[in-house]
Amino acid sequence: MSNWIKDILDPKSREWEEFYRNRWQYDKVVRSTHGVNCTGGCSWNVFVKDGIITWELQATDYPLLDKTLPPYEPRGCQRGISASWYVYSPLRVKYPYIRGSLLTLWKRAKKKHKNPMEAWASIVEDEKSRKKYQKARGMGGFRRADWNTVLEIIAVSSLYTAKKYGPDRVFGFSPIPAMSYLSYGGGSRFLQLFGGVNLSFYDWYCDLPNAFPETWGEQTDVAESADWYNSRYIVSMGSNLSMTRTPDVHFISEAKNVGTKFVTIAPDFSMAAKFADWWIPIKQGHDAALWSAVNHVILKEYYVDKKVPYFIDYIKKYTDSPFLVELVKEGDNYAPGQFLRANKLEEYKDISNGDWKLLVVDEDSNELRVPTGTIGFRYGEDNAGKWNLLPNDMNGKPLNPLLSLIDTSKETAKVAFYEFGEKKEYVREVPVRKVKTVDGEKLVTTSLDLLFAHFGVGRGMKGDYPTDYNDESSYSPAWQEKFTGIGRDTVIKLAREFASNAERTEGKSMVITGAGVNHWYHQNLIYRSAITALILTGCVGKNGGGLNHYVGQEKLTLMTPWLSIALATDWGGPPRVQQAPLWHYINSDQFRYEGEFTDYYHLPEGRKYAKGHTADHIAKSVRNGWMPYYPQFSQNSLDLAKEAQEAGKTDDAGIKAYIAEKINKGEIDLSVEDPDAPENWPRVFLIWRGNALMSSAKGHEFFLKHYLGTSDNLIKDEEAGEYLKDVKWREDAPIGKFDLVVDINFRMDTSALYSDIVLPTAMWYEKNDLNSTDMHSFVHPLGAATPPAWEAKSDWDIFKEISKKISEISSEFFPEPVKDIVTKPLAHDSPDEITQPEIKDWKHDDGVDYIPGKTGFKLAVTERDYSKLYQKFISLGPNVRNNGLGAHGIRFPVDDIYDEMANEPTTRSPDPKHFRSVEWDGQRYPSLEDALDAANAILRFAPESNGELSFRAFEAMEKKTGLDNLTDLAEKYRSVRMTFEDLKTQPKRILTSPFWSGDVNEGRAYTGYALNVDKFIPWRTLTGRQSLYLDHPNYIDFKEQFPIFKPRLDMNLVGDLDNTDDSNAVALNYITPHGKWHIHSTYGDNLRMQALSRGCYPVWMHPDDAAKIGIEDNDWVEVINDNGVVVTRAIVSSRIPVGTAWIYHSPERTVSVPLSNERKKRGGGHNSLTRVKLNPMLLSGGYAQWSYGFNYWGPVGVNRDTFVLVKKLKNLEWE
Amino acid sequence: MDIRAQVAMTFHLDKCIGCHTCSVSCKNIWTDRKGVEYAWFNNVETKPGTGYPHKWEDQEKYKGGWKKSGDKIILRANGKFTQLGKNIFGNPHLPTMDDYYEPWTYDYENLFTAPPSKNQPTARPISLVTGDYIDIKSGPSWDDDLSGSEIYAKNDINLEGLSEQEKNDLHELERLVYFYLPRICNHCANPTCSAACPQSAIYKRGEDGIVLINQDQCKSWRMCISGCPYKKVYYNWSTGKSEKCLLCYPRLETGQAPACFHSCVGRIRYLGVLLYDADKIVETATTDDADLVEQMRGMIMDPNDPEVVKAAMKNGVDPKLIESAKNSPVYKFFIKWKIALPLHPEFRTLPMLFYVPPLLPVIGKRKDGIYDQVMDDDSDIPQMSQLDKARIPIKYMASLFSAGNEDEITKVYRKLMAVRIFKRAEEIHDIPEDEVEEAMKLGDTNPEEIEAIYQLTSLPTMEERFVIPPLAREMAIEDLESPFTRKNEGGFGRKIKPKRRW
Repeated sequence: MSNWIKDILDPKSREWEEFYRNRWQYDKVVRSTHGVNCTGGCSWNVFVKDGIITWELQATDYPLLDKTLPPYEPRGCQRGISASWYVYSPLRVKYPYIRGSLLTLWKRAKKKHKNPMEAWASIVEDEKSRKKYQKARGMGGFRRADWNTVLEIIAVSSLYTAKKYGPDRVFGFSPIPAMSYLSYGGGSRFLQLFGGVNLSFYDWYCDLPNAFPETWGEQTDVAESADWYNSRYIVSMGSNLSMTRTPDVHFISEAKNVGTKFVTIAPDFSMAAKFADWWIPIKQGHDAALWSAVNHVILKEYYVDKKVPYFIDYIKKYTDSPFLVELVKEGDNYAPGQFLRANKLEEYKDISNGDWKLLVVDEDSNELRVPTGTIGFRYGEDNAGKWNLLPNDMNGKPLNPLLSLIDTSKETAKVAFYEFGEKKEYVREVPVRKVKTVDGEKLVTTSLDLLFAHFGVGRGMKGDYPTDYNDESSYSPAWQEKFTGIGRDTVIKLAREFASNAERTEGKSMVITGAGVNHWYHQNLIYRSAITALILTGCVGKNGGGLNHYVGQEKLTLMTPWLSIALATDWGGPPRVQQAPLWHYINSDQFRYEGEFTDYYHLPEGRKYAKGHTADHIAKSVRNGWMPYYPQFSQNSLDLAKEAQEAGKTDDAGIKAYIAEKINKGEIDLSVEDPDAPENWPRVFLIWRGNALMSSAKGHEFFLKHYLGTSDNLIKDEEAGEYLKDVKWREDAPIGKFDLVVDINFRMDTSALYSDIVLPTAMWYEKNDLNSTDMHSFVHPLGAATPPAWEAKSDWDIFKEISKKISEISSEFFPEPVKDIVTKPLAHDSPDEITQPEIKDWKHDDGVDYIPGKTGFKLAVTERDYSKLYQKFISLGPNVRNNGLGAHGIRFPVDDIYDEMANEPTTRSPDPKHFRSVEWDGQRYPSLEDALDAANAILRFAPESNGELSFRAFEAMEKKTGLDNLTDLAEKYRSVRMTFEDLKTQPKRILTSPFWSGDVNEGRAYTGYALNVDKFIPWRTLTGRQSLYLDHPNYIDFKEQFPIFKPRLDMNLVGDLDNTDDSNAVALNYITPHGKWHIHSTYGDNLRMQALSRGCYPVWMHPDDAAKIGIEDNDWVEVINDNGVVVTRAIVSSRIPVGTAWIYHSPERTVSVPLSNERKKRGGGHNSLTRVKLNPMLLSGGYAQWSYGFNYWGPVGVNRDTFVLVKKLKNLEWE
Repeated sequence: MDIRAQVAMTFHLDKCIGCHTCSVSCKNIWTDRKGVEYAWFNNVETKPGTGYPHKWEDQEKYKGGWKKSGDKIILRANGKFTQLGKNIFGNPHLPTMDDYYEPWTYDYENLFTAPPSKNQPTARPISLVTGDYIDIKSGPSWDDDLSGSEIYAKNDINLEGLSEQEKNDLHELERLVYFYLPRICNHCANPTCSAACPQSAIYKRGEDGIVLINQDQCKSWRMCISGCPYKKVYYNWSTGKSEKCLLCYPRLETGQAPACFHSCVGRIRYLGVLLYDADKIVETATTDDADLVEQMRGMIMDPNDPEVVKAAMKNGVDPKLIESAKNSPVYKFFIKWKIALPLHPEFRTLPMLFYVPPLLPVIGKRKDGIYDQVMDDDSDIPQMSQLDKARIPIKYMASLFSAGNEDEITKVYRKLMAVRIFKRAEEIHDIPEDEVEEAMKLGDTNPEEIEAIYQLTSLPTMEERFVIPPLAREMAIEDLESPFTRKNEGGFGRKIKPKRRW
């Protein structure tokens, strides 16, 4: 034996070992998590030693779903485990802070004016004083303040704004409630009780995949990550799973060991590529071309050559494939038009909702028949029980829809298809049938027949079809090579493997997508291209299949009660919720910096709608009720209500009619049509749980200039003036629209740094809250391991304090309750979505009046009682009891539960097990005073955590659909109840409910649309089926009926580089994917993550691009364009594709940022280089699934089609 | 037979995400203090790459580990006493701060306290060593994900056997590749750190083989640092003592996996006891390179063999611990299935951490700017990773894990691939039977073994991954203090700082 190594047992000589044992000791462990915009939703144990939070480790007690699935634990990542660094760090906001110049002004004003409203007015109405503190924003000079002073300023400025301009000039931004329900909900509840506005986030972050609403009428519904393990063929596209789905990606490697193939489509050799069997290094942004060719192969080989029965049966039952589409004569050829409406046939011309019921050919009888389940069956008493996918027609006769006319019809028509990559038209024959309609004879074909022609699968038809896979016509495997750089053999092989696997496994081929593809201008098309492959192979609604998009923790599992509490509809409503992308585009004046959108987005000649300036499209969408816009009117909505009352309109209907008439007469101005008028500016901006001014501020430098009025690095020219028609152009752009910016934060991030007031909030480990995600099917808590440190308070408590302050001082401003008029867009999942079968514009079209809720936005009247704001905040209002709860057009009663809670004692201390009530003005209400009360109320009222309510909700669903097997899903779980205490003990798996489309009974992994497939519940779309063909008139005009390929925007047209000096520079496509060392901007500024990365937020580039300008690894560089500049270091890596510059989103400009040589000021963050370009087609509304829902629909804040110059930084200067 | 117990480890690299959660969990608990800011007991490296500290594998530079000298092994740095005699005032083979990195923080306070100024305040980096503003030039995962690939990945010492062309190809689209290598102390059976210590401050714990540096005894010679070929010992410049990974013994002693194992989100880590025959250490450590892995396997004894159990009992190994050795996942990976391998066995420290090598995507070809996968056929059967189309040369993997023995690596890959092929065919029946048979033959495996490998790779619970031996703390301390007394009195007292800080 070697004698040089000592093996020691002797305890005496090892007494020193206590050295490390002592460090490990701790006093308490508390379950919590990180409430940040991350899809992880991981349960953590937080360790407390001597009353100090010391570190965290993952909780590993997730219940096992099923013995055939790998366990979930441990969930957590490098970023999350660095969270404890923040608690006592030098970056922690410990006290309230206020900009010194504002504090001085306020103190002086208070001395001068007794009335606080006059004091605030004296500051903001004086241009000199207003400019003084606006210019100081972000430029140092913070002072520590006391809570009372800052609360007073916030309360006064809000009330002043409501009085002078209207409450809809008070805005709040906080993202992703699912990460911490109540921290979000506290702020939104305050805003909605006040009459203020919540800005959306999922669309603004560009996390919303528009293809989900388009195809499925669903915001997003995806498989939990355990279901990846059920797949046998997984393709990831634009999703760097290992980097961004860190706690879940083990399911991929585990699935590989059961024989699953994993393919990664990514332009870079990503962390996920390391996991892959294949890496397909596609050219960025052109994934749709590759999938189009995959679809070509699938249709050719599996529908024509093989005719796979599973696939054919699937699309017949669950898709719009058999529905008849009208062909419209255009020149020598035909163009695909809208679905043929049932009321176009003599036989059906008088049926209810006939514009919204569609037709198929019955294969057995060859007759045109009306299948149930289309959207027309969703509304109206006479349609009750017919909204289902059973194989019947509306008269209850069995129906066997004919998928294609090719075998039954001898007639064909020439249909023109435009190919955007080559800018070329293909004319192809499709089989048609003549139909006699009330408008004369029409040519129709099926959705599937058009799809064959679109993808160039000829089936022996004549016309410009590719002859074989090597023919370079669209959409052959050879055609796609020029866009993707990927060979035809690879694409053919991918298609075969993908489809054959789906055939053999009945739907276990999966596509996982992410921001990598969702952030392109044509993101919806990229998604639809892959969705088409999944639908054609019967993979949607199947465990192990589906399109699984994981971007943003959007899944508010306990949505129904949360909505009432967070949007304060328990007291009144409707809420004012704003589609953020269009709002920022207009209000941060980015619309001023571009001409018509067709300058950079190529569309063929002859468009009816697809032209003009995006701002005008937005104005139209607001008029038509497609999109919300606040402020609503140039006039104060409180004043208008008063005016109506003074004109003798006492009831709500009278007030609404009065307002509608004034609108029709042009006596009320829509704010959106004159956004730069001072009375239409947003005035007070509250930010909490988010980084509204940096991380998510697409066009950050425009924010600095037009919102804040402080220093910016912008050199872009304004060019909108001559193109605007409905939106008024004002020669001088407003500088500094906001009167007050408040940031609620636990760390000094960029938004905090640029705000007027910073309020210290509880860190995640210091508060009680709820957390859920779509990555798994559990809910679990954020738990307070210690009380909030220093002077911090939880978000819930901060907004409670603000509410209290407002109630205290409101009598100075509003001695009495007042009426408020609220505008509202036409809403998804309501009868509004069958209001506008065609596009009309009451402003411009003759004979069209503004009719609220028909031709335009809706009107509502509500009451604001500012003196009772606080009482309402802390009490669950009676609407919950009286109206029940619900979503997606389904409601269930909860009055018994409400009454039970209202009868609980008022005297208890808040605790995680018990309910309490509050009493005021002689009434008792369930308490929401403490976050624990609110958490328990949500758990008790949600069908996903209360089995009885799951049962009731399915009962309501049965009534709606006529299906009789739905309550079975809930029967077994009817006695389940969850409390906050239960969640603290162990993460709890949710119950199956009709508000989600997955089925989690018996340990089944959640997957989207399982209930639709298993139970024949319709999708919430026009056809009630999955949509391959989109027939909204805008879509037809933009030529997006089909999952078409449109290339990324052209660098030379987008106008990023017009004014930027390009000497000694390389021009690159600017890519900002999710990063390894941050979740958005969080964690990236802490020392752990900085140490493990490069000590800054670097830009990645390929050695060939770096060599062009003499850049070596770790050199300082400027990344610059007309929008702004980033100063950072370069990482030179062969992993990055040539022609691109990558900055992982999202840097803080607070950490290690030098001055720019070119622009002379401090370098910015990644959004200094972006400017938002909206796709106007996505504004469509009032039409089936194209109807507004908060974070559900609208244009998204795309940012990938951006271009930059990279140059070497000549002089490194810090001050 | 001199049977001893060793808590050993397996890292399944095919499952490694490269997330560094392991590194942070360790940092939070053990090295978040003055003197060890730069120390990462656990770090994760991108391969190809030069790692942390820079080029640690280059023993020409650092002179770590053992070298074979005839039928003996000697410390590469020529033994502690020679070394001491020659370099009493300095150790020339220590990594410098440049080889690690100069630890830093930021002037975060400036964001709160900056006076009104022309420009937005920023938090500049500050050296944690000098307190001055610093220009950051390196860090503990500086070449992560091929950062600076021209400088780092290209200079990976394991590429030495490759031609220039082959090396360059690894940076072209067709072959571009990387994977992750998480590293902690290997808790070697034949550790050079311990052998090199003039103070005899480094020892292996008798009950579990954990290698520790006695913080009372260490006198800052730092021979352990140069001695360890893995550079997993760090000098605490504040306390003047060396420190290293302690395999979280306070957690192990309480039945919990080490923090880096617990927090491993890829679920790549396994832990369990091996019984080894210490009599075989010399013979094993002096074997020729090509046979090192096989010899190491020979040193590990079968816990089900009654002779081994008898010998272990004779040596005082706790019976409960022997029982736990029977369930050791590490025994399965390294000995039974032979799909895990030691890192750089040619350093001859007999590391007790074994790696399952990663599967990687197949190579491509490019013609006229068009990229295609290299495929065998145009069938519709999913083709998975293939050995003959591996993006990374087998030679490279052999340099890392088998002292150059390519056959050892090949065998591992063949078996890993056989598992996937068999499991797919079993469920989906889309792979022809003869191909499945052929894969099993090549992989030298059978359905039972495949099922076992699959179960432990895909479906394991924490308890199956970490078979933590009972460490009988009551017996370990009772010579010193009655456990009853410890129960009643443990923890009382005050925290009194030693003369030198910790």
